[in-house]
Amino acid sequence: MNALAIDLTPVWLTLRLALISTAFLFVIGTPVAWWLARTRSFLKLPVESVVALPLVLPPTVLGFYLLLGLAPTGPLGKAWHAISGGSLAFSFSGLVIGSVLYSLPFVVQPLQNAFEAIGERPLRVAAMLGAGPVDRFFTVALPLARRGLVTALTLGFAHTVGEFGVVLMIGGNIPGKTQVLSIAIYDHVEALEYTRAHVLSAGLLIFSFLVMFIVHLTNRRLQARGL
Amino acid sequence: MSGIDAHFMLRRGDFMLEATFQTPASGVTALFGPSGCGKSTLLNCIAGLEPAARGTLRVNDELWQDSELRVFVPAHRRRVGYVFQDAGLLAHLSVRGNLEYGMRRALRVRSRATFSRTVEWAGIGPLLGRRVQGLSGGERSRVAMACALLRDPVMLLMDEPLAALDARSRAELLPFLERLRDELPIPVLYVSHAIDEVARLADHLVNLEPGRVVAHGNLREMLTRLDLALARSDEAAAILDATVAGYDEQFQLALLAFPGGRLAIPQQRLPEGTAVRVRILARDVSLSLEHHRNTSILNIFPVRVLEITEDRPAQAIVKLDASGASLLARVTRRSVHSLGLGPGAEIYAQIKSVALLR
Repeated sequence: MNALAIDLTPVWLTLRLALISTAFLFVIGTPVAWWLARTRSFLKLPVESVVALPLVLPPTVLGFYLLLGLAPTGPLGKAWHAISGGSLAFSFSGLVIGSVLYSLPFVVQPLQNAFEAIGERPLRVAAMLGAGPVDRFFTVALPLARRGLVTALTLGFAHTVGEFGVVLMIGGNIPGKTQVLSIAIYDHVEALEYTRAHVLSAGLLIFSFLVMFIVHLTNRRLQARGL
Repeated sequence: MSGIDAHFMLRRGDFMLEATFQTPASGVTALFGPSGCGKSTLLNCIAGLEPAARGTLRVNDELWQDSELRVFVPAHRRRVGYVFQDAGLLAHLSVRGNLEYGMRRALRVRSRATFSRTVEWAGIGPLLGRRVQGLSGGERSRVAMACALLRDPVMLLMDEPLAALDARSRAELLPFLERLRDELPIPVLYVSHAIDEVARLADHLVNLEPGRVVAHGNLREMLTRLDLALARSDEAAAILDATVAGYDEQFQLALLAFPGGRLAIPQQRLPEGTAVRVRILARDVSLSLEHHRNTSILNIFPVRVLEITEDRPAQAIVKLDASGASLLARVTRRSVHSLGLGPGAEIYAQIKSVALLR
């Protein structure tokens, strides 16, 4: 086998996983961040701590509990089986669940900061112009938090791309199904296929650099326009 | 009853606000009091921005809030135009975007003509495409006022619209506020801690002290009530309504007729018949038992003493009636005694200076 004949399946799988996870992160993370930024409930601190857990927990711990939960005998796995007849553990869907949980703080925290930075004033102004709560969220809060939103989604996306431990724990290493980029690189290194490891690693490095560069560029553009 | 009928109670930490007042169906009602007395909070209660406030609110006979009946119209459904203290605008929209934001959400469809008229009235036509960040203080205020009006409100709330402005922008904005007062057929609640602004703009006054309403009523009466702190301050003054009655060409004096007589004041010519408002500070009024002829003071009127309060160790404040118009005079207690002043005394008020407020 040619040392440079690289199987790109993990690349596409990783991108697909990151895109789908980011979509879920947006849908789940935005309301959570909005609630955390505005609530005075005693639940705020516990929820904040739970969301932040993946920042401090070793991915193996999170992966271990997810594995138990997603297993056909676990609560999530059982429910999933009842609905779809399939299995969550060692499946792409399971990976999405793990990625979303694991990357949640990277989305929620910048968004929460952005929502908090908006303050009460613009929302009151909008209310006085006749906008109801949902209207205010979409027409004032989200547009004013767009820098935070860009940062949050990019971090969520990039973090999912670079994820290793959780995926290994709950996804295994099934080529074409759960073998993502970081695991493929690990495999290549294990097999002493350094050239292949190099190509994928350098690719990921350049990709990550470009993502961060574009984020900073976008943020500067938005800032220059006063947003 | 049309106008606003409000009763609110709000506890926030150590601060307790309890306020009851009514306003007429049109004209400017000033919420006046020292900083931190709860003026802005009261405005927010009326706007529905203080959900924790208990009480009742009726606007033009419509019930907006009644804690007992569990009625609470949410802020965005109260047809209120609110000009916030720093003229709050939506930073992510252009000037036009801000104006249209409220207009699109108004209950009544507002025509393009209304839009153009309001834009022209506020003089913000050239600003429509601009971003709100680049606006000057005065421009922001005018845009915020136009936004509030395009919302098609049944009442206008203004929270110290002049406080954050420099003297030039203030002078530029005052005529707009006066036109609002004269042309707007809805009640305006105007928060201020500057009595000269209030004297110039308001018709009614709600006088607040920390946490409560001390008194409310007609501005002219409130300013000259000796039982209120207003009449006892160094800035104590009476407001008179007058009309331009003529002009002294030789000495360039405007002649203003009011119930008690004619005021002559150094002023450029004004169209005859113009209604004006003048402010006479209590410390600019001296009292005399006779009508002196040999004096430099131009404005001397016969008055009757209504009430005297010796509110300071050496000084007293005297309330006077000039044929129906109330005046205040700040004099020494010694003068009160040496002139033998008491309620009912017929004397002369000598007015040293008069400020034209229009």
